[in-house]
Amino acid sequence: MQFNILALIGRVFLAFFGATGRLSIFTASGVRHSFSPPWYFRHILRQMLSIGYYSLPVIGLTAFFTGAVLALQIYIGSSRFNAESAVALIVVIGITRELGPVIGGLMVAGRVSAAMAAEIGTMRVTEQIDALVTLSTNPQKYLVAPRLIAGTTMLPLLVLVADIIGVFGGYAVSTEKLGFNPGLYLKRTIDFVQTEDVVSGLVKAAVFGFLIALMGCYHGFNSRGGAQGVGRATTNAVVSASILILVANYIVTTIFFGA
Amino acid sequence: MMDVTSKIALTDVHKHFGPKQVLNGIDLEIGAGESVVIIGGSGSGKSVTLKCILGLLTPDRGSIRVDGQETVGMSVGDREAVLSKVGMLFQGAALFDSIPVWENVAFGLIAGQRMARPAARDIAVEKLAQVGLGSEVVDLSPAELSGGMRKRVGLARAIATNPDIIFFDEPTTGLDPIMGEVINDLIVECVKEVGATALTITHDMDSARKIADRIAMIYKGKIIWVGSVSEIEETANEYVAQFIHGRVDGPIQMDLRAL
Ligand SMILES: Nc1ncnc2c1ncn2[C@@H]1O[C@H](COP(=O)(O)OP(=O)(O)OP(=O)(O)O)[C@@H](O)[C@H]1O
Ligand SMILES: [Mg+2]
Repeated sequence: MQFNILALIGRVFLAFFGATGRLSIFTASGVRHSFSPPWYFRHILRQMLSIGYYSLPVIGLTAFFTGAVLALQIYIGSSRFNAESAVALIVVIGITRELGPVIGGLMVAGRVSAAMAAEIGTMRVTEQIDALVTLSTNPQKYLVAPRLIAGTTMLPLLVLVADIIGVFGGYAVSTEKLGFNPGLYLKRTIDFVQTEDVVSGLVKAAVFGFLIALMGCYHGFNSRGGAQGVGRATTNAVVSASILILVANYIVTTIFFGA
Repeated sequence: MMDVTSKIALTDVHKHFGPKQVLNGIDLEIGAGESVVIIGGSGSGKSVTLKCILGLLTPDRGSIRVDGQETVGMSVGDREAVLSKVGMLFQGAALFDSIPVWENVAFGLIAGQRMARPAARDIAVEKLAQVGLGSEVVDLSPAELSGGMRKRVGLARAIATNPDIIFFDEPTTGLDPIMGEVINDLIVECVKEVGATALTITHDMDSARKIADRIAMIYKGKIIWVGSVSEIEETANEYVAQFIHGRVDGPIQMDLRAL
């Protein structure tokens, strides 16, 4: 009995370290291929379009409503201390530092990781990745590098858009519903926000974009066993990308703003 | 040990999946410019043998030499060099469904040899014509083709770079008899006129007789018989005789349950 438990613990740990090792090797080689020629520019552009441009509606809508609801809640909370003037400040900091990148990252993770895992996973189970190899094309370079490059560069742009729309969402609620003076609200926003707030959010976005693409590619690449395997890869990609985003968010926040 | 004329030499190749021993000591030599056909029951490891030669699967044991060069355990860069001489038709065609038919055929030229796209397209159109596909399919997506058409696109892709060594995994399955004959002629032409070395897997004995210089039969993970087309008709080997005449009675027992 005791032996069995030890064996079980051992197995779990071995599986964990095995997976970590495989992921590390995969990541290292993906990054290496992203920085070395040849670059498949056509594919990079296509991925940028599908990650960046086609995520705009999702990002725009979530950012607007997040900003709006943030303003509403902060107003309710701060009115207990007669501190309603803090609404503009908290909305802009909340959006640029945290909610823009995190909610944006999670939304894109759902969209993009899943799509990547499904596409690459299907290529794996239908032997298209094997075919790439026989055609003297490195699948890491052809499939993974363009996605990593596009993910890492597009997410900051998306989050910048999310920041603007999110702040506008807060502004809209504050001026239309809560009776703030529009000019004053905007002036407060612009006075309060600091470069660091925005930049830290954009750095987070770049990290999230990398993680989203990495998880989509990794799970797709390692999918096995037909349609069911691809389905599993898709789910795993979204779940692991979302968890990694939240963990990375904590780490980057600590690095920027101290513990 | 190896004589210089053998283009591909497999010695004692073993491969298992889980508890299942698929290849159990494959020995096979293929001379330069020779056309060898592998026959054998469904699930006997024919496709696995090809994938081991291509390096898509790593054998557990044994040696595989291409042009006298050991390929088992070879580095990725060296393998790319070997594979640049090789063309492969996958059993399931393995076409890239994100790009049109002509780009599939031209893939090795554009990605592998860095040829300009218009020139590669011209070659692709010509290769497609050789497999009996007209200009109307050139810009279609692979998903819009029938099974037999996909197979032929895969064939066109395999020979597009005029490779030195060509592997065909069941080139004529799923084709009508006339088209099958066209493909047989094309394979013969690749070998006889272009001087390529070909290794073909087929269940179609008419096709095997037509394209093979030698036929090898795989059974229980070993090559149990090798000989020329004329020899196979009068072989005393009961396994081979049963197989090529498709008899139910004989030493090869199918795992069927009586109705
Ligand atoms: N990736 C894999 N994982 C596990 N088992 C595999 C894998 N590939 C092949 N096998 C097993 O190896 C055996 C041989 O497969 P292979 O594809 O070589 O058969 P084959 O001779 O090409 O048959 P067919 O004529 O039906 O194509 C099969 O029993 C199959 O189950
Ligand atoms: Mg097969």
